[in-house]
Amino acid sequence: MVKKKSIYPYLLVAPAVLIILCVVFIPVVNAIRMSFQNYDLRKPKDIAFIGLANYAALFKDPLFWKSLIKTIQWVVFGVGFQFLFGFILALLLNRSFRGRGVVRAVSLIPWVTPGVLIGLMWRWMYDGNYGVVNDILQKLHITGDNIAFLANPRTAFPAVIVTIVWQGIPFFALMILAALQGIPYELYEAADIDGASPVQKLFRITIPSIRNTIMITLLLRIIWVANSVDVIFNMTEGGPAYATQTLSVYVFNKANILNLGYSSAMAIMLAILLCSVAVPYLIFTFRGEDD
Amino acid sequence: MKRESFLKQFVTLYLPLVLLLVFILFPFYWIFITSIKPETELYGAITYWPRAITWESYKNLFTTTVNFISAMKNSLIAASLTTVVSLTASTLAAYAFSRYRFKGRRILMAMFLSNNMFPTVLLLIPLYSIMRNLKILYTPWALVLAYTTFTLPFSVWLLNGFMNDLPMTLEEAALVDGCNRRTAFLKIIMPLLGPSLVATGVYIFMTSWNEYTFAVMFTNNASRTIPVALKSLIGQLGVDWGLLTAGGIITIIPVCIMFFFAQKRLVEGLTAGAVKG
Repeated sequence: MVKKKSIYPYLLVAPAVLIILCVVFIPVVNAIRMSFQNYDLRKPKDIAFIGLANYAALFKDPLFWKSLIKTIQWVVFGVGFQFLFGFILALLLNRSFRGRGVVRAVSLIPWVTPGVLIGLMWRWMYDGNYGVVNDILQKLHITGDNIAFLANPRTAFPAVIVTIVWQGIPFFALMILAALQGIPYELYEAADIDGASPVQKLFRITIPSIRNTIMITLLLRIIWVANSVDVIFNMTEGGPAYATQTLSVYVFNKANILNLGYSSAMAIMLAILLCSVAVPYLIFTFRGEDD
Repeated sequence: MKRESFLKQFVTLYLPLVLLLVFILFPFYWIFITSIKPETELYGAITYWPRAITWESYKNLFTTTVNFISAMKNSLIAASLTTVVSLTASTLAAYAFSRYRFKGRRILMAMFLSNNMFPTVLLLIPLYSIMRNLKILYTPWALVLAYTTFTLPFSVWLLNGFMNDLPMTLEEAALVDGCNRRTAFLKIIMPLLGPSLVATGVYIFMTSWNEYTFAVMFTNNASRTIPVALKSLIGQLGVDWGLLTAGGIITIIPVCIMFFFAQKRLVEGLTAGAVKG
């Protein structure tokens, strides 16, 4: 490790840092400023500094709290099931069977599919009149009548969660599969000699060995899913009756009607929420390093 | 005994695999089937294989007002440029993070991660005016800049992981043999990093190809990309599902082909990154 003082590392990170500064941090500073202003493009003459009024209004806004709870559910169930099924898929793909290469390649396709298309194709499948999901559920005798999944406040949220789970499985499977291949085979041989059961091997060898990958993948995915707008927006636009409106969709909807001050305040609350997840993780990660 | 082991294999491997694959692949089957059904069959009793096959939707796709070919070209340009810019910047940064311990390193790494935490919509409006002032609005460069910001963090972290797994002794040996740091990087690290660079590049390309929220703001009719074109197929009166699904199939074919060629190296590359686990 090079520890002596050198200008090289700064030159190397300079391009990346410059891009980030210009395209992320300047806009973010702008957004923070806007969050303290009565910034509504529908009333451009009234734009003025109003202190914490946006934030005060936010805490009194029942829709904000509802969206916050939706966001937590969205992340917990969305990422949770992505992880669970992604893990299972990775374990299966790590076994040897004929045609594994092809199966591995095709099972990753949702990952390369645009969010817009995902939202729209699931919307078509969930359709209340001509949707294939209704037909399948009826053929399996799970439901009786046609359900307009995305129009019913009770079914809309589970429906969009199924969609985001579907989207996220491949990414987890890919990352975990990669990590699994790095586990030395001798560990399993030793466990076999000691008479370990498959479950013991899973929890004592597999999971501890790939802990770092699990952590970084979970964190990245939590951030992406919490911020994702395109899937929900193209399916329900946050409706019906705000049943699928997560915070980021709420911000998007508010920004769409040009109330930028309020939506900035909300976006900053979301960023703070995500920081509260990421910062402990970062501390945890850096503690493991030797410097 | 043998039959029992086959049964066990069936229950623990083939059955869950088939179930997961059906869940993952059925939607693609369904949009393909939808795209080749005649309109009368779309809005009626559900058929799992079209009674009549028609390519009408694909023909319509390239003759409607939405210029799909030019959208594909725009997407290709934006995604390729983003890949070059983002991969270069992230390789350099990852090398610094992996091989040097310098003041501000942790803060910078945290900064890279945190920049993905801001909701895209928060950046949209300020960015729009910045792009306009730089006079790059409606050019591919507006998208390249925007896309670089959200592909950089993941690329930097990924490549940092890959590089951490390349033993320092390799470079040290090269340094002893008279290489300087730059030649050691170009001759030792880069070739070993090949698969990881391909993997990261494919990731960047796909992410850029698929992006919608920035694209809808930073492009006009002439420069719009595929996801925007796709969304614009939804008319005022409703959705022409045949047309839309045909557009969807056309959209994912190029990335799928690219991905199929790169996926083996992608998994290999990720393996290298995960070994330290």
